[in-house]
Amino acid sequence: MAVSWDLLINAVLSGLLLGGFYAAVAVGVTIAFGMLDIVNIAHPAFIVLGAFIAYWLNSSYGIDPLLASLLAAPFAFLGGRALYRLYYYAFERRGEESLQGLAFFFGILFIVEVSLLLHFGVDYRTVEAAYIGPSVDLPFSLSVPLRLLTPLLVGLAMVLAIQIFLSRTFIGRAILAVSQDPGALRMVGGNPVKVKEIAFGIAIATAIIAGALLIIIQPVEPSVGREFIGRVFAICVLGGMTSLAGTVLAAMILGVAESITTTFWGPSWAPAVAFSILLITLAVRPSGILGR
Amino acid sequence: MIIEATGVTKKFGGFTALNAINFTLGARERVGLIGPNGSGKSTFVNCLTGVLPASEGMVRFDGQDITQLAAWKRARLGLSRSFQIPRPFRGMTVRQNIEIPLTFIVGRSDRARIEAEADAILAQVGLSARARARPRSLSQVELRKLELGRALAAKPRVLIADEAMAGLSDPEVDEILDLLMRLNSEGIAILLIEHIMRAVIRFSERIVVLVAGAKIADGPPADVMAHPEVVRAYLGE
Amino acid sequence: MSVVAKTAKDEVARSATRGGWLGPLLAASIGAALIAATFLVLDWLGTDYAYLAAYTVLQFVVLATAWNILGGYAGYVNFGSAGFFAIGVYTSVVVYQTIQLPILATIPLAAATAGLVGFATGYLTLRLRGVFFSIATLALAIVLQTLIVNWDWVGGARGVYVLRPQTVPVFGSYARYLFAVMLGLAILSVLIARLVENSWLGQGLAAIRDDEVAAECSGVPSLWLKLMATTLSGALMGAAGAPFPYFITYVDPNTAFSLSIAVNTIAMPLIGGTTTWAGPVIGALLIGSLQQYATVTISSAANLLIVGVLLVVFVIIAPNGIIGLITSIRERRQ
Repeated sequence: MAVSWDLLINAVLSGLLLGGFYAAVAVGVTIAFGMLDIVNIAHPAFIVLGAFIAYWLNSSYGIDPLLASLLAAPFAFLGGRALYRLYYYAFERRGEESLQGLAFFFGILFIVEVSLLLHFGVDYRTVEAAYIGPSVDLPFSLSVPLRLLTPLLVGLAMVLAIQIFLSRTFIGRAILAVSQDPGALRMVGGNPVKVKEIAFGIAIATAIIAGALLIIIQPVEPSVGREFIGRVFAICVLGGMTSLAGTVLAAMILGVAESITTTFWGPSWAPAVAFSILLITLAVRPSGILGR
Repeated sequence: MIIEATGVTKKFGGFTALNAINFTLGARERVGLIGPNGSGKSTFVNCLTGVLPASEGMVRFDGQDITQLAAWKRARLGLSRSFQIPRPFRGMTVRQNIEIPLTFIVGRSDRARIEAEADAILAQVGLSARARARPRSLSQVELRKLELGRALAAKPRVLIADEAMAGLSDPEVDEILDLLMRLNSEGIAILLIEHIMRAVIRFSERIVVLVAGAKIADGPPADVMAHPEVVRAYLGE
Repeated sequence: MSVVAKTAKDEVARSATRGGWLGPLLAASIGAALIAATFLVLDWLGTDYAYLAAYTVLQFVVLATAWNILGGYAGYVNFGSAGFFAIGVYTSVVVYQTIQLPILATIPLAAATAGLVGFATGYLTLRLRGVFFSIATLALAIVLQTLIVNWDWVGGARGVYVLRPQTVPVFGSYARYLFAVMLGLAILSVLIARLVENSWLGQGLAAIRDDEVAAECSGVPSLWLKLMATTLSGALMGAAGAPFPYFITYVDPNTAFSLSIAVNTIAMPLIGGTTTWAGPVIGALLIGSLQQYATVTISSAANLLIVGVLLVVFVIIAPNGIIGLITSIRERRQ
């Protein structure tokens, strides 16, 4: 098949835009799983939950979806903290990574998805905002839809904010410390459980915000979360587990790969891309691109 | 020489945990391995037993190159170990713990033989009365005996005892030490990693000292204990 | 209990464990009696629906038992059971659309295909930490669904119709026949699970579950044992899927890869108890029957929600399931 350069460039561009969004989607997994070893496979469910919260506030009260997610974020943070508390007392305290702990998060994933299904039904939902619809024209006759550009900018801004938080604030640095050596933190009087709790709360909050970004990009129905399971873990692993820069890089790579696949082979093959990347990374270089 | 390690290096990212370690162990020898916390002793044991792959270097067991061999294959060759913090199979009884290596190394389906051998090992380590207990109800010294018993069940030619006496009272330390001496007299080479100095000195024919990932001494106890670097780095604490 | 009765009970227990003939004979007789009774009850209920409901429950017995061989015995969680089930379903569809074999011949084919995929997935991911295997299985189910959706020959997203054969061997109605087939599969899977559990394979898997590194250092070839369990588990799940097209008559990706399969296959062993073969059976019979009842009284989505909640609740307060609760009550009494 002759490669149309226009098509390819557009695909790459879309992929990069998507990548910024994917980075926002995966950063929570990088924090919870990559840094702190909490296997929260329910993360995608919280993204979809965030999308529906944005939808609800947008359709019932006319609130801008981005604003809606910012309003919801503090609640998500508290909810995340509570969830981790439960997980810690029920499982982590009892010992190593267990079957029951994984099943717990799977149960949560399932409960969130089915609850959304029961409440909202199977229809696709969208939001309305000023930046959904118009596009920005760039040189070389490229056109960037604002509904893709906005999530990119907001997503990257969120990741940047978290990076600053992790490296500049006391709690942020405590989180990094716990990720490397929980025992050492205890020695300087810190409480690793509290630190992990806060980190997990942040991770869930990022998921809720990412959900708003998702519904800006595309219509959402309750089971779309499943497509993201492969994506978030593929990005986390490819990015080296603990590195935020790695997450962004991996997200871009995944975005471009998916976009090219969609453009040349059709959208129904896109979910397979993430899984393939995950498998290949695990088989060839499990420490990821920027991993330790 | 039943174990020959040459140039064994282990790096974790930018951190070098072991730096070109050369080490030998004779077929019936009793060697002690000492060094400050974090000097790389357990990492070295992990590289010898195959739990961690060495970054560089070679390990030979009875002349055979085992550097790329999986841990279970090394165990089958006769290289056995106990763990610093006991790692019993918590869902099984003491007897069942010991039957695992017997099943996989000695004879898979021969139940009668496995049970007889398990009885013998339980007697050898002094746990016959506790055969049906679960690890959670064992005392510290009993847990350590279970560790050694399980290592023994692999019919080893080399037994690496990683801090088998940590946290035990004086009489308990002597109990374990006597057990190890008995095992050695039955033909098992023993590498003893320990912090309890009197035990190491009493037990070892030769002592190896590891500090910050490098070997700084290797010789008879009297020589090693008088070595100025050893005194400074380790015994001075 | 009288002295005579107690002695008889001990004698049976002793011969059952030591490989004597009395125990297995008794078990087989009780089993045969139960089977006959089941047929009688279902016939008395009169409708095909009773048989089909029972089919679904037995299907879960197979799936839960299969899952537990890897999940409960070895501690490796397979989140993609729906994928393996669907492999069996679509193998059956392919056979239906090509060489038209009877179900009993299709089952081994489905089992082999699913087993192969299980082996491949395991080979790629079991060398890593358990969580990566679990994540891979989760993603695998989604990828398989993507592949099927794109494969028009087996119906793609539109689905495909499957006609039940006109003649039914022995059993009268086709519903009865399907039930009998699934009953056979259920008994077979439980026997296999028991066999594994009491063999060196089961002991090795238990050691891996408790402490994989210590197991390796004790001579347990963990990768090979895990691969065996993964392959066997996948194969049984695929076998369970083989009769499904004839059961449901209209196969589309959403039904084959259903949410119900996904959550139930994990919830049933965890609720019933994961350390022994009886746990998944209890979980499947209880939860499966509960679901059959609930589906007619409340919506099927709410029904699934209940299972999800039960899963989370049990996993928190009764991590060893119903069997674990029974065991700890017994231990406390002693």
